[in-house]
Amino acid sequence: MAETLMFNALRQAIDEEMAKDDKVFVLGEDVGQYGGSYKVTKGLYEKYGEFRVLDTPIAENSFTGMAVGAAMSGLRPIIEGMNMGFLLLAFNQIANNAGMMRYTSGGNYKIPTVIRGPGGVGRQLGAEHSQRLEAYFQAVPGLKIVACSTAYNAKGLLKSAIRDDNPVLFFEHVLLYNHKENLPDYEYTLPLNKAEIVRQGKDVTILTYSRMRHHCTQALKQIEKDGYDPEIIDLISLKPLDMETIGESIRKTHRVIIVEECMKTGGIGAELTASIKYQLFDELDGPVVRLSSQDIPTPYNGTLERLTIVQPEQIVEAVSKIMNNQI
Amino acid sequence: MAEERTLPKFDYSTVKISKEESLIYYEDMVLGRLFEDKCAEMYYRGRMFGFVHLYNGQEAVSSGIVKSLRPDQDYVCSTYRDHVHALSSGVPAKEVMAELFGKVTGCSKGRGGSMHMFSEPHKLLGGYAFVAEGIPVATGTAYQSMYRKKALGEDFDQVTVCFFGDGASNNGQFFECLNMAALWKLPILYVVENNKWAIGMAHERATSQPEIYKKASVFNMEGYEVDGMDLLAVRDVAQKAIARARAGEGPTLIEALTYRFRGHSLADPDELRDPTEKEFWNARDPIKKFATYLTEHNIVSQSELDTIDKKVQQDIEEAVEFAEASPEPDKSELYRYIFAED
Repeated sequence: MAETLMFNALRQAIDEEMAKDDKVFVLGEDVGQYGGSYKVTKGLYEKYGEFRVLDTPIAENSFTGMAVGAAMSGLRPIIEGMNMGFLLLAFNQIANNAGMMRYTSGGNYKIPTVIRGPGGVGRQLGAEHSQRLEAYFQAVPGLKIVACSTAYNAKGLLKSAIRDDNPVLFFEHVLLYNHKENLPDYEYTLPLNKAEIVRQGKDVTILTYSRMRHHCTQALKQIEKDGYDPEIIDLISLKPLDMETIGESIRKTHRVIIVEECMKTGGIGAELTASIKYQLFDELDGPVVRLSSQDIPTPYNGTLERLTIVQPEQIVEAVSKIMNNQI
Repeated sequence: MAEERTLPKFDYSTVKISKEESLIYYEDMVLGRLFEDKCAEMYYRGRMFGFVHLYNGQEAVSSGIVKSLRPDQDYVCSTYRDHVHALSSGVPAKEVMAELFGKVTGCSKGRGGSMHMFSEPHKLLGGYAFVAEGIPVATGTAYQSMYRKKALGEDFDQVTVCFFGDGASNNGQFFECLNMAALWKLPILYVVENNKWAIGMAHERATSQPEIYKKASVFNMEGYEVDGMDLLAVRDVAQKAIARARAGEGPTLIEALTYRFRGHSLADPDELRDPTEKEFWNARDPIKKFATYLTEHNIVSQSELDTIDKKVQQDIEEAVEFAEASPEPDKSELYRYIFAED
């Protein structure tokens, strides 16, 4: 066991997969000589050379499309979005080319690609650097969407994403790169389509992902003090949703709170709520509660930014309300 | 009507072409022309749907470039006007026709349609319906070719050809990819089929520098203009660019001056193009021009060409029969092909 920071866990995942398969390569802005803006690719340029760790010009749509072409012809690119928000410029390449092309081509081509990088609301980075693209991309057929949340799951999930033959959007969180955890010395992978039960409980199911998982665990002490026994589930897979794990929990608790960092309108929670109501309506004792970010561009001001995203005390309050049938 | 550009001179004294080779190019051009004529007929008879963009007039570009590649080895990337690029790439006419009919025997299994012809066995990267979006994808296969050579040490000299139109040459992806391809010396030919019109937008109204080939120079890239109605001129510039790409000397931008004899698509009323402009270009029919060259130089007799015309027409009739007789995709397979495992 070795204590490892999340950015290093991600780097280990890439390094191990690159060592194993010479078709795997990384491309993006400052991934090579600079080592990546969050140092996820540090040292790989020196180890694997300029073609396998490719520093690209600042041309998101073109280098993303280029990676799709490389994937169609047998390579396994890992695209780093210096900030995932920048990949809005590559929306067409991610949606039309990576996501839909296998279907449109009638199965002629597969596109094994990982599109990864920091997403989410950081600390006063302003609206453009505080995006949650998972919500924007969830409607695109053919994409798998994964959000890691700990050093341990980051490594195991990224290795699986690199081995997957489909395009995988892989969200890291800008504030979790220094998350520290003991990682096994042996090699491991984690399934891309399985939710992670963070805490077992019987009273209420809290569904969350990425950084909000840690807001939930921060709230946990007070929730326990208040006498409640929540089950916390980290979705991990934002598309497809692991309705099996989610369903098992709801059949036990009959109450659901969704805690997400994306905006409420058209967010991951919106789709999740609809799926729960459709599949598990009879199991619910009350409405599904959604705690989401405000439907506004993320403001720069620290106080306003704090008001924009869900805080642990709101989770405590929501649990209390749902347990007292006040929702 | 804007003044026509002076066409680049081509030195025919340098032409070396065997009879066998001539017939391959000729047959491919005739196949392109007659296939598209049949598409128009089938569209108006309600046998194919959606937006259908025909290639009539531009055949010398597809045939001159693609038939100069190694079949099934080099990549070809197309646009929404992709039927003839598919045919030149070796996709059987019956598979292209069946795709247009939406049948499961089509090259994209009836999922793609007119604008999305794909064939991995023939290294056809596909028809891309958004203007310029194929350029990055083609740049990616070219990167892959270089990667195999330089990162994996393979003996590999595959080339990619990327077709697009004058409209795409004003899009950012064109400039971004020219930059990267020149920077990394990628083995790719960017072929602009300048047919003067992006639907109703005249080329001169859309660009500050109408001579597209000159845009290569700012990227330190080779750029050439060529008479896109002259198969031998296109073949000549293609052969040189392909040789450079295989030798690791980098990309080439080729601007082929050409014209579409029909509207943008079969839904286009084609009201903006001046009749005198159409006449000017119709008089320069690339198939007639090449046929005349072949007969005048006693490479092929007219009767041999007539035999090819008949054979191609017969192939196309068979393609239609095949498409008609083919089954629709199975409804139970609606969700198939979303993921790699399907």
